[in-house]
Amino acid sequence: MEFLCNLNWIELLKCFLVSGVLCVIGQILIDKTKLTPARILVIYVTTGVILGGLGIYQYLVKFAGAGATVPLTGFGYNLANGTIQAAKEDGLIGAFTGGLKASSGGIAAAVFFGYIASLIAKPKIKKQ
Amino acid sequence: MDNPLNTQKEYQEYVNQKSPNSPILKNCFNAFWVGGLICSIGQIIMDFCLYKGIDKDISGTIVSIVLIAISAILTGLNIFNKIGKFAGAGSLIPITGFANSIVAPSMEYKSEGYIMGVGAKMFTVAGPVLVYGISTSIIVGILYLLINAAV
Amino acid sequence: MKKIGKQTIKFNNPPTILECATIVGPKEADGPLAKYFDRCLENEMWGEKTWEKAESKIVKETANLVIAKSGIPANEIEYCFAGDLLNQCISSSFGLRELNIPFFGIFGACSTFVEGLSLASIFVENGIKHTISTASSHFCSSEKQFRFPLELGNQRPQTSQWTVTGAGATILSNSGQGPYITSITSGKIVDMGIKDANNMGAAMAPAAFDTMMTHFRDTGRSPNYYDAILTGDLGYVGKDILIELSEKAGYNIKSVYNDCGVLIFDKEKQDTHSGGSGCGCCASVFSGYLFKQLKEKKLKKILLMATGALMNSMSSQQGESIPGIAHAISIEI
Repeated sequence: MEFLCNLNWIELLKCFLVSGVLCVIGQILIDKTKLTPARILVIYVTTGVILGGLGIYQYLVKFAGAGATVPLTGFGYNLANGTIQAAKEDGLIGAFTGGLKASSGGIAAAVFFGYIASLIAKPKIKKQ
Repeated sequence: MDNPLNTQKEYQEYVNQKSPNSPILKNCFNAFWVGGLICSIGQIIMDFCLYKGIDKDISGTIVSIVLIAISAILTGLNIFNKIGKFAGAGSLIPITGFANSIVAPSMEYKSEGYIMGVGAKMFTVAGPVLVYGISTSIIVGILYLLINAAV
Repeated sequence: MKKIGKQTIKFNNPPTILECATIVGPKEADGPLAKYFDRCLENEMWGEKTWEKAESKIVKETANLVIAKSGIPANEIEYCFAGDLLNQCISSSFGLRELNIPFFGIFGACSTFVEGLSLASIFVENGIKHTISTASSHFCSSEKQFRFPLELGNQRPQTSQWTVTGAGATILSNSGQGPYITSITSGKIVDMGIKDANNMGAAMAPAAFDTMMTHFRDTGRSPNYYDAILTGDLGYVGKDILIELSEKAGYNIKSVYNDCGVLIFDKEKQDTHSGGSGCGCCASVFSGYLFKQLKEKKLKKILLMATGALMNSMSSQQGESIPGIAHAISIEI
């Protein structure tokens, strides 16, 4: 309870607004262009990598916290950040290993849970 | 031909004007608050981890894993597609959409077996994300090294 | 039979549509035509392990049902024409492999049902006693093959159509009291360069327009000749386009024209966007609803025009446009 009382509402509001805007941009892409979900996700992750590499995205992360890291651009930022950090330490090998190292938790979890879900769940028709 | 629309271009323009548009304002509003809510949940998990004294990087990973797990469970319970229909990009853009794009095909293609069905088709939507994300990040790393070497 | 005009065959001894049967899924059973279908399933899987098996079972049971309803012994049915949307038409061939009737597997996308009836009626006109034709589609197997996994949280565009889960089967006979297939107008492939696989109605409407105009020209008829003109599955978008194209060509079809994809679902309540589609759409609407209207003489002359989008997911990915086709048959009693 003590944790909940200490929640930083300003930080939370910034997070809410930034991630909301990122999602609205995605929604405009869905509705105005004929891009498929896969393409939109690719655009987001690549944009995140590039903005991360240019050192721009970290300002958004500083400002909005999870509002910038949870959207898929944040996944891209994570990849870029990991690569650069590792490249600093290990050179060329780091450029290859750093990105996946930094984002391995998410990828592994998605693969693992996907596999588990396929074992126990069945697809159902959308009612609407 | 007695088609009153003579050229393909003319017909395509006519079709564009005839086709109903998506209710973009409503869609954007839903995307905004659902997307914001998902990421705010992420922020609360993050704050909780930090509050418990967990390292910042590890906290970020915990946020991803928890959101992915929630998304996988909702997909397995046949709920995520309803959220997705309502929220559009609001549930697609956060890491929940990435998780859903892996869980949904692995459930669907289970009927083609665990190797070529689940194992291979799992990445039909998410595969490109990994390919382009990882490849771009390696290029970024190499460029970083080249620029630093030159300076 | 006699060829008249460019694309039309007129029959001297028009084949009778002896009997029809149709089985549909639960969503179709919630729609406005529910009471006309022979059987409505409670579950898309129908106790099977895969969507594909379920679709085959629907085909098989619909064929068995029409044979039972007609009272004709199965060994007296001489030919079978069947098609569906799955790769290599597996729903039809797997569903009908125990039928023991010479089998022609056909593909005309969503126009398959009328394509089958057209071919069957030529056989019957030329001395064959009985034929059976079926067409089927299944929402889940089609989504899986052409679009996305069911559990993916995506939004369907407003122009997209909902693939009907269901099958229709029809027995044609060289003797009977009608309704008769009096003529067939087989369509050409028409491609107006539409590439959006979520807007099939717009891709197929020019083909429907082409076939309809050809039919009127070949037979000397006008829209007023018919009590009803029905397209297979242009949906709301395609229906509108066909009405406007006809108007520009000087034909007013508005009062007699409708579309099976529009009829089968309630747009507002069922959220099907531009309406139904799939081989099973025209097949079940005709075999369920229209056949009964003809039998009860509520409709006496109809032009049934099934439309098909002749593409697959690979051609879409390669950026190809969508060729459309429409086959028409006139049915009179």
